[in-house]
Amino acid sequence: MFNEYNPLKNTIFQIIDNDGKVINKAWMPDISDDRLIKAYKDMLFARTADLQIVSYQRQGRIYTYPPNYGQEAISGATGAIIGENDWMVPAFREMGAMLAKGVTLKELFLYYMGYEDGSKFQKAKFTLPISVPIASQLLHAVGIGYAVKYNKEHKVVFGFVGDGGTSEGDFHEAVNFAGVWKVPVIFIIQNNQYGISTPTSVQTASDSLAIKSVAYGVKGIKVDGNDFFAMYKAIQESVKVCLDGEGPVLIEAVTYRKGAHTTSDDPTKYRTREEEEAWDIKDPLKRMKGYLKSKKLWSDAEEEKIIPQFKEEIDRQFIEAENYGPYPKEDVFKYLYAEMPDDLKEQERQYERFLQWKAAKVK
Amino acid sequence: MKIMNMVNAINDALDIKLGEDKNVVVYGEDVGVEGGVFRVTEGLQQKYGVERVFDSPLAESGLVGTAVGMAVAGLRPVIEMQFCGFVYPGFNQIISHASRMRNRSRGLYETPMVIRMPYGGGINALEHHSESMEAIFGHIPGLKVVAPSTPHDAKGMLISAIESNDTILFMEPKRIYRAIKQEVAEGKFTIPLGKANVVSQGTDVTIVAFGAMIREVQKAIVMAKESGISVELIDLRSIYPIDRETIAKSVKKTGRIITVTEGPRSFGLGSEISQIAIEEAFLHLEAPPARVSGFDTIVPLPRGEHHYMQDPYKILYEIERIVKY
Repeated sequence: MFNEYNPLKNTIFQIIDNDGKVINKAWMPDISDDRLIKAYKDMLFARTADLQIVSYQRQGRIYTYPPNYGQEAISGATGAIIGENDWMVPAFREMGAMLAKGVTLKELFLYYMGYEDGSKFQKAKFTLPISVPIASQLLHAVGIGYAVKYNKEHKVVFGFVGDGGTSEGDFHEAVNFAGVWKVPVIFIIQNNQYGISTPTSVQTASDSLAIKSVAYGVKGIKVDGNDFFAMYKAIQESVKVCLDGEGPVLIEAVTYRKGAHTTSDDPTKYRTREEEEAWDIKDPLKRMKGYLKSKKLWSDAEEEKIIPQFKEEIDRQFIEAENYGPYPKEDVFKYLYAEMPDDLKEQERQYERFLQWKAAKVK
Repeated sequence: MKIMNMVNAINDALDIKLGEDKNVVVYGEDVGVEGGVFRVTEGLQQKYGVERVFDSPLAESGLVGTAVGMAVAGLRPVIEMQFCGFVYPGFNQIISHASRMRNRSRGLYETPMVIRMPYGGGINALEHHSESMEAIFGHIPGLKVVAPSTPHDAKGMLISAIESNDTILFMEPKRIYRAIKQEVAEGKFTIPLGKANVVSQGTDVTIVAFGAMIREVQKAIVMAKESGISVELIDLRSIYPIDRETIAKSVKKTGRIITVTEGPRSFGLGSEISQIAIEEAFLHLEAPPARVSGFDTIVPLPRGEHHYMQDPYKILYEIERIVKY
């Protein structure tokens, strides 16, 4: 696969067309019907949650949120493959993959409601918290990859970044280190065409983002990121490569951020309705549903039935998060050091004295 | 005169300098087409073209490093760090080159450039969007660090910064970007960098603050007045160089000094100012200098941020304490 789709040829790996018809049988992955339906439902759940979060934000019930809308196949395919012992190193637009690892919606809600507790995952193992400084997390993925190799563990590391992130020095350092150390890391670039308002054409003069792998001696492939089957197959092959000790792999997943960068952003400032409509045709859920319907594995009736159930579940977890309660002052202080320095303890005591004074003052 | 908020005032300053000096270029992440995530550079690309106001790739080291190159070659770049928390990839270029080029080349090359950077908390933001790390920048030899507290000051100080032959870190208190509106003179005027502003006169306590904290201190001053305590407020405006003279003069008058800053306490600006008070007015001091600051912790996410922030009561608490000492 990595020879056939060598980034120097600048082709894109696709399996289904915009209607969900298979156009590349040779690489069609072998997935059971049950797993396919589950993967589609997971993507549909992620999308339903994503749209609902944006409406919660509009109601003032949650702070700034970066929507995943339109990019669900990337997280969906990752989620369908990633094992509970594989490592997940997210950026901040990988909701489906996070949920697949066992992160709960409630935890994500808590994070976006302004509680660090949302990053203390109760069930998800080997999953790092959301990383905001662009591309910085990829170096952590490489370090984890080194530890995995060092300990001879049978697992892979997924590291995510956006198209804008490929301009940061940390991206280049990460892919270079990974290549030199031959670590089992799968870098996934979610090329959603914009870094906030800045189009990918302003980020790079390269023909693609996948081509950057070539200079670092790393396998790479440009994949239609709105094609679940192509993403699934590319990740599946990448996992094989990594487990054979032939990693890392760099996947450029070409997609489109249908929503805003975050709820603070207004895309009408920098892109046209025509452009958005052109991408609507390539919507990842629509395409996968086209395939499933053609195989009689899914129907509009089933979808109409399941969405209200999803909404109920999303709302239930949201309300749980809303009722999480106040943020204790101890939590500001207690996680910085293994043992709190005396000076910091004194700062906490001073704050306590201030609170007592204030309580008396504003009575 | 024209009513402006700080966003309008900074935009106006950039407009004036772009208009009168063809060496001025403005760039950064999303500053061109979009006009910046805070809309500070809105309309400037349309007016001055994509060669002078433009979007850069997403790379802060790239931003600062290319500005160093432009500056040594005669341009006057004004770059935008989208948020204070994202400056660190560019930190190497600031501390290793921008602040050193003149000294390294014994005056052969200089780096007249401005790094604009929104800073500070109180806006319910995600991680890395709320810090106030003036102290680590003030600690860099060769760098000037300034922060306005009003639209008027922002305009006059930014024009001075762009005209300066030094590298200036221009910290913008984003919490009050749109919160304060005032009359600002039209056309060009400058405010000298390195001079503090005595915002209000008082006799019992001197408070030194800057940026978004000025407004919080003013609220505390009103409450203190009810208890009969008279506070003198100094808006530092410039973190480095620091205006020792204005601080010293005020402390000699009041005998007490409190600093109010948002950043972590240890090794912070408060310590520096206290030391100035001790050096310049030791025999006038009636009480040890006091600090209202952030804790030595990470700024909490929004639900916990109120613990960290300097609300007027935290300031009043220190005022009452220092007066009773």
